[in-house]
This record gives sequence, C-alpha cells and structure tokens, in this order.
Amino acid sequence: MAKIIVVTSGKGGVGKTTTSAAISSGLAMRGHKTAVIDFDIGLRNLDLIMNCERRVVYDFVNVINGEATLKQALIKDKRCEQLYILPASQTRDKDALTKEGVERVLNELIEHGFEYIICDSPAGIEHGAFMALYFADTAIVVSNPEVSSVRDSDRILGILQSKSRRAEQGLTVKEYLLVTRYNPGRVESGDMLGVDDVQEILSTTLLGVIPDSESVLKASNQGLPIIHDKESDAGQAYADAVARLLGEEVDHRFLSVESKGFFQRLFRRSA
Amino acid sequence: MSIFDYFKNTKKNTASIAKERLQVIVAHERNKRNQPDYLPALQQEILEVIRKYVNIDQEHIDVQLENNGDCSILELNVTLPD
Ligand SMILES: Nc1ncnc2c1ncn2[C@@H]1O[C@H](COP(=O)(O)OP(=O)(O)O)[C@@H](O)[C@H]1O
Ligand SMILES: [Mg+2]
Repeated sequence: MAKIIVVTSGKGGVGKTTTSAAISSGLAMRGHKTAVIDFDIGLRNLDLIMNCERRVVYDFVNVINGEATLKQALIKDKRCEQLYILPASQTRDKDALTKEGVERVLNELIEHGFEYIICDSPAGIEHGAFMALYFADTAIVVSNPEVSSVRDSDRILGILQSKSRRAEQGLTVKEYLLVTRYNPGRVESGDMLGVDDVQEILSTTLLGVIPDSESVLKASNQGLPIIHDKESDAGQAYADAVARLLGEEVDHRFLSVESKGFFQRLFRRSA
Repeated sequence: MSIFDYFKNTKKNTASIAKERLQVIVAHERNKRNQPDYLPALQQEILEVIRKYVNIDQEHIDVQLENNGDCSILELNVTLPD
C-alpha cells in the first residue's frame, strides 16, 4: 500500500524542503521506490536541493494540464536508484493545481509502483499548502523551537484534522512532529524551547529532532540532500527519522550538549 | 548552589515565557477552531442586545460552545463594568 506523506509547517523557512529532500532520499536508500513532489508553484527549489535543476524539462503543472506525461516529467535521481523528483512549475499561477489534477498524478504514481510519495508543501495555509496536504495519509509537521513556528504548526494540525481528504472520510491523518534547527546549548541556557515543550504544546508523536547545523548549508550549496552526509549530526538525525518512519524504534540523539562524544568535545576545545 | 545558579534562576528564562504564551494562545485557537461558523455572528448579535441596556465592549463578551460527549453547552460570559 503506497503512502502519501506531506511535509508541511505553515511557516516558511523552517526546513520543509531540506526535510523533503532528506526523507525522500533516505526512504530510497532503504530500498523503497519513492517520488518527491515540489508543490511550491512559482517558487521551485527542491530541484536545487536535489541537484537536478538543470535537468528540469517538464513540471508538475505540465503533467496536470496534459502537456507532458508523468514519465517525461519525472527526474531520476543520480544518487538513489529508487528516487524520482517531480519539480514545481516556475511560471504559472498557483491555481493550476486542481484537486482532480493532483489526484490523477498521485494515482498514476501509485499505479507505477511508487511506495512513498513525499509532498513538499509551500509555506502558508493557502491553496498550494492545502493541495499538498489534502491527499496525505501521513503528515510530517516541521517546526522550529520558536513561538511563531509552533503556533503555525498547530494551525496546520487543525487543518489536517478538519479539511484533509481523510478527515472528510471520517479518518485520521497520521501526524508526526519533526523539530528542526534545534540548538541544545540554547535550550540549556533557557533561551530556546526544548523539544519536550514543543511536543507537549502540539501533543504529536515525535519523529525526530534535527540539530541546527552548518552542514545543512554546506550540503545545500552542493545540491546534496543532507542525509548523504553521514558524518554530520543533522544527516544522522534524518537517517534516524527515516528509520522511525519505517516503524523502527530508535533513540533520539543530539538532544543535549553533553551527548557529543568526549573526544569530539576535547577536539573541539583544542581546535 | 553556586553563584552562577543564583544568576541563572533570577534571570528570566525566556523559553519558559515562550512556552506559557504558546499554551495560552494555542488552547484559545483550538477552541475557536472547533466552533461552528455561526458563533461570531451570534456573539455580535448578543452583544448588540446587551448594549441596549448596558454599555459593554466586544472584549467583555465571550461565547463558547463546549462538547461534553453527546451534549453541547453554549456558554455565554458577559463581564459587566462596575
Ligand atoms: N537543521 C538545519 N540546520 C541549519 N540550517 C537549516 C536546517 N534546516 C534548514 N536549514 C536552512 O534553513 C533555510 C530554509 O530551509 P528550507 O528547507 O528551504 O525551508 P522551507 O522549505 O520550510 O522554506 C535554508 O537555508 C536551509 O539551509
Ligand atoms: Mg520549501
């Protein structure tokens, strides 16, 4: 049974696209045939993060409008055998995404044997964000430990619970919280909400905590989804999140300053 | 307790302020979300009726619908000025 997963947040710039690239790559690395769709019409960016921006010929809207076939528009990832990217349209208006059109594309992906379909949502709670979440059976709500992001996450949870297709059918969307850009040092000094606080406020299952890390910027500079950087804390935290998504029980890491290895700290200090 | 702990405790912990504020606003917004669309209009009309007799503002009136299992309670709170 194919799974449609939306990566959403309400607020912009919290790490949705970074997460979509990492999680879709991670699922493909674990052997699952995965498609990742950029729903950010007019502000295409997933292609850059996935390093396929120069291979875009057709996009999501072309497929919806019947100007290209799905096969023509899907870009095969160069790093992961099982991963395909469906880029957003750069020029057309957002209303090009219709419920019928999106549903048709999702169904076709499922017919083609895709096991996971990751929908990278645009910011906001308007049409594009709604289209990205409407068909989802699982939602990854990305939140930064910061007041406006947490509040927006709660609004998105409300929309998932009342306006999604599953809600309309009297069913529930499986909701996960992913806290990103986490800085344990600042949490310990009392200036950043702790992950427990965020989870308590949103009362949602915790999928993972991604540390705020320089490695993310370095990876995006090169078009490398961060999960491929196996040395980095953020990359490892995303790999753990993927494992949890697949039903494995994995302890949360990188939650405190102390959790860094003793030698690593020693090295840091002397460096 | 070291002197550093002392300073840490007296200084306002901004994260806990953030948490408190979020708990209040999120609870408020969740409550609003689950309410039927007619509630704001109902509140407005009640306000107008009361205003015929007492001078109150929007902020002095609060209408909420609470679901307790199979019965719903419409709760009306009006704070009258003294
Ligand atoms: N864990 C992280 N650590 C450091 N920077 C991050 C992290 N996650 C995201 N970023 C940075 O934050 C910015 C916004 O991320 P992005 O994934 O584009 O957010 P969104 O899609 O929600 O708008 C980017 O510059 C990205 O590199
Ligand atoms: Mg994005």
